[in-house]
Parts: sequence; C-alpha cells; structure tokens
Amino acid sequence: MAKSNEPFWWSLFSAGGVVAALLIPIHILLFGIAGPLGMLPADALEFSRMQALLAHPLTRLYCFVLISLPLFHWAHRFRFTLVDLGLHGAAMLIAVLCYGAAIAGTIVAALTLWG
Amino acid sequence: MKPDVRTIPANWWLRRSPPWWLRRRPYFLFMLRELTSVFVAAYVVIFLVMIRRLNEGQAAYEAFLDSLKSPLAVLFHIVALAFALFHTITWFHLTPKAMAVRIGEERVKPALIIAPNYAAWAVLSAIVAWFLLKG
Amino acid sequence: MANSTSEGTMRLEVFRYSPEKGEEPRFQTYEVPFRKDWVVLDALNHIKDQSDGSLSFRWSCRMGVCGSCGVMVNGVPKLGCSAFLRDYYPNPIRVEPLANFPVLRDLVFQLDSFLEKLKSIQPWIVRRDGEKPVSEGEYLQTPAQHARFKDFSMCINCMLCYGACPVVGMEPHFLGPAAIALAQRYNLDSRDQGRDQRQETVASHDGIWQCTFIGECSAVCPKHVDPAGAIQQAKLASTVDWFKEVLWPFGGREKR
Repeated sequence: MAKSNEPFWWSLFSAGGVVAALLIPIHILLFGIAGPLGMLPADALEFSRMQALLAHPLTRLYCFVLISLPLFHWAHRFRFTLVDLGLHGAAMLIAVLCYGAAIAGTIVAALTLWG
Repeated sequence: MKPDVRTIPANWWLRRSPPWWLRRRPYFLFMLRELTSVFVAAYVVIFLVMIRRLNEGQAAYEAFLDSLKSPLAVLFHIVALAFALFHTITWFHLTPKAMAVRIGEERVKPALIIAPNYAAWAVLSAIVAWFLLKG
Repeated sequence: MANSTSEGTMRLEVFRYSPEKGEEPRFQTYEVPFRKDWVVLDALNHIKDQSDGSLSFRWSCRMGVCGSCGVMVNGVPKLGCSAFLRDYYPNPIRVEPLANFPVLRDLVFQLDSFLEKLKSIQPWIVRRDGEKPVSEGEYLQTPAQHARFKDFSMCINCMLCYGACPVVGMEPHFLGPAAIALAQRYNLDSRDQGRDQRQETVASHDGIWQCTFIGECSAVCPKHVDPAGAIQQAKLASTVDWFKEVLWPFGGREKR
C-alpha cells in the first residue's frame, strides 16, 4: 500500500549508491589519475586496445550500469540536498530537473554504447 | 488561555545564521556526504565522454586523453576520488542501519555486515584493474 | 558580575520569552553554584528557587525516564536532567528551548504537533483477526519476537530527535523520527496486524520519504532507540511492498 512513488526513485538511488561505492573509486584512480600521470603500462589506455575492450557486449552493459545508476543516485540525493538547503518551495521542479537529467544521461549513454 | 498570546514560530531555530549544516560537525559531514553524489555524477559524465570520443576515432580519443593530463583535470580527479572514497566509506557504514539482521534474539554485529562490503570493494576493484591492465 | 566565572560557580545564559510582556525574546545570564553532581536541571531549579521565580521550564522525574525536560544545551538537544554541569565547566552554558517547536514561554514549547503525529500512526496493537477472548489467554511471544521491536519501544517521547532533525524544522508535516520508530515498534510486533493500515501514513511523502538519513536523531536519543535505523528499515520494507504491488498487482498480500 505505497501511497507514494518514492520507493521507485529510492531503489534507483540505492542501486546507484552501491555501484558508485564499489566501482567509482577504482575508475577515478585508474582513468583519472594513474593514467594521465603515466603510472600505467604504456598501452593500457591505447586506442585500439580500448576499442577492443568496448566491443564486448558485457563491457558495454557494464559501462551502461556504471554510468546510469550513479546518475540516478546523484539525482535523488541532490534533489533532497537542495530541499535540505532550504529550497523546498521548488521541490517539484527540482525533482523533475534532477530525474530528468539522469534520464537524459541514461539515454545518451544507451545511444553512445548501442546507437 | 489569553487568545492573543504569541508563540514563537517553530522555525525560529532554523532561521538563524549560520545555516544549520554549518553549525555542528555531524551536520557538516552529512552535507559533505550528500555532495559526494555530485562528484560521482561528474565523473561518470566524464567517463561517458571518454566512450563517445572512442567512438569518434583515434584522433578524438587521444585528444581527450591529453586533456585529462592537464593539471586542472588531474586536480579534479584527485578531489573527486576523495569524495568518492568518502561516499564508499559512509555507504558501507550506513548500510547495516537499513537492515536489522538478527540471529534469534541477538543482533548481528554491524561489523559483520560492513566487512564483506569492504572485501567486495577490494575484489571488484582488483578485477577492474586487471581488465584494464591485462584483460 | 565579573566576566569570568569564579571557582565554584558557573554561568548559564538562558533563553527568556514572556509573551504577556510584549517583549522580544532575549537571553538572561545567571550565576549558579558549580557542583560536580549537578545537571542543567539542578541549575535551572536553583535559579527558580533562589534568584528568578519567573523562569519557566518543564521537568518531572529528573532521572531520564519521563522525557519532560528536553532543551538545547549549547546548541545540542539534551535532557536537562542528564546534562552534567561538569562536562561544560568552567565555560558558560547556553540553554534554549528545544528546536523546531513553537515556543510558548522561556524554555516551554508547544508539543501538540508531536502528539498529533504520534496518534496518526495508530500506536496500538491492531488486530485483523479479531481479539482473542480473555479466557483463551495471552498472545504468546518468544524472546526473539520481542527482540525485533524492543529497542523501538524504549522511546520516552522526549522529542530530542525532533530537535535534532532539520527536516522536522523545514517540513512541518514530516512525521519525524519518534513517530516512525513507534510505527515500526508496532509493525514489528508479532501480535500486531496493522502494518498495511499504518502504511497509509508512514509510507506517504510526509512519512519516511522526507527523511534524508542525517542520523542526528539517533545520535541524541537518550534511550538508544535508533529512530534513524527504524526509518531506513521502513524505507526498505515499503520499497519491497511497492515492487510487490507493481509486479503482482492482483496477488494477495500476506495478512499481518
């Protein structure tokens, strides 16, 4: 008897939180710090190698989950943060903008990976 | 009761300065925790852009990799990593609160729920690193 | 008086508000003797006895079980009877009414909204199957069944959790920590069958879903009820319900 549809967004938030907690740090470390600073083997991020990695359907699915779920995690958390900061007057608008952005990002990710 | 007695409205406390989340350490840490989601989202957008550049061909991809080497980009990623780690740690420690796992009368110690999360984190990170470096 | 507190006394800055005088709220400073075993409530009673009989505040048991004496001590919700002067000595203490409630006078706040919220979650055993006649004896409950809800039954309605929660201050209709913990107390009680009934209120937008898990409610609770935990557990349970309803719209739900 759920009077509210919040559970739907909350489950996306939770799933995104788990994905972000488990996978985001290593990705930032490898792609954002170690790679650019030259700490990885020379060919680790090499174009044809990365293309080959991405060609695999499971890699694409992985990337989709890695991008989409954390976006919904952000949307839900950020929406409530803005309310906690005092913006509760625009609560509905903020919700639409946040979830809308996450949905848009998800669509772009899908098109990028499988378009 | 006097009909015209004025009560101070309930929001008297919140209306003061500084904003509530700057007044005490737990509140500030809460705000930082919530802000981690901004850095997480910013990173996955960058990750998405990287994939798009890959699709656009070698020149575009390598230009993107070059842009990641700029001091500003590296600084952003260091800050983002700090926030991502803060998310991970707070997430693992808050998860047991949502589940009251009991064996009989005894509540399972939170540490027993938190530890496997850290283990999974280590294992998954190792797998991702392996895929990138050797896979 | 001199600015510094001399050995053996302590300074209290107490919030004063006398609406019948038409004045603005203000702080009044008092010097009280410092005794190692005194709590803030002792200091307030000393002030009322010895220097200023007009100071108004609620108290009763003075031992942390009645929930009457909630105040803000240096910006933190505390029971006046459980905040020891020695933990602050020799610095002055600021005593204010509990946050997020309308203030009637001095440290006395209006708690009607809290009582309404408590009532709204139906804090009693709800039976769908009807009551057993007394001749058939009690509803039996194992220690394990009791353990499921025991912590949530320890609430003394002191409202410190409401004073600690910014969402309570920002969203007047938010049910709040104690009310939701109390709802969980009954939902988890094996004798109760009213979870569905309570969900109308608990799982609404002004119920559990306003909570952003700041967690200070549990931090200030003098009885270790952990209302934040109750709310997160309620979120999980409501989410499972929601998915069940969406995926099996015509399936019967188990009667509780």
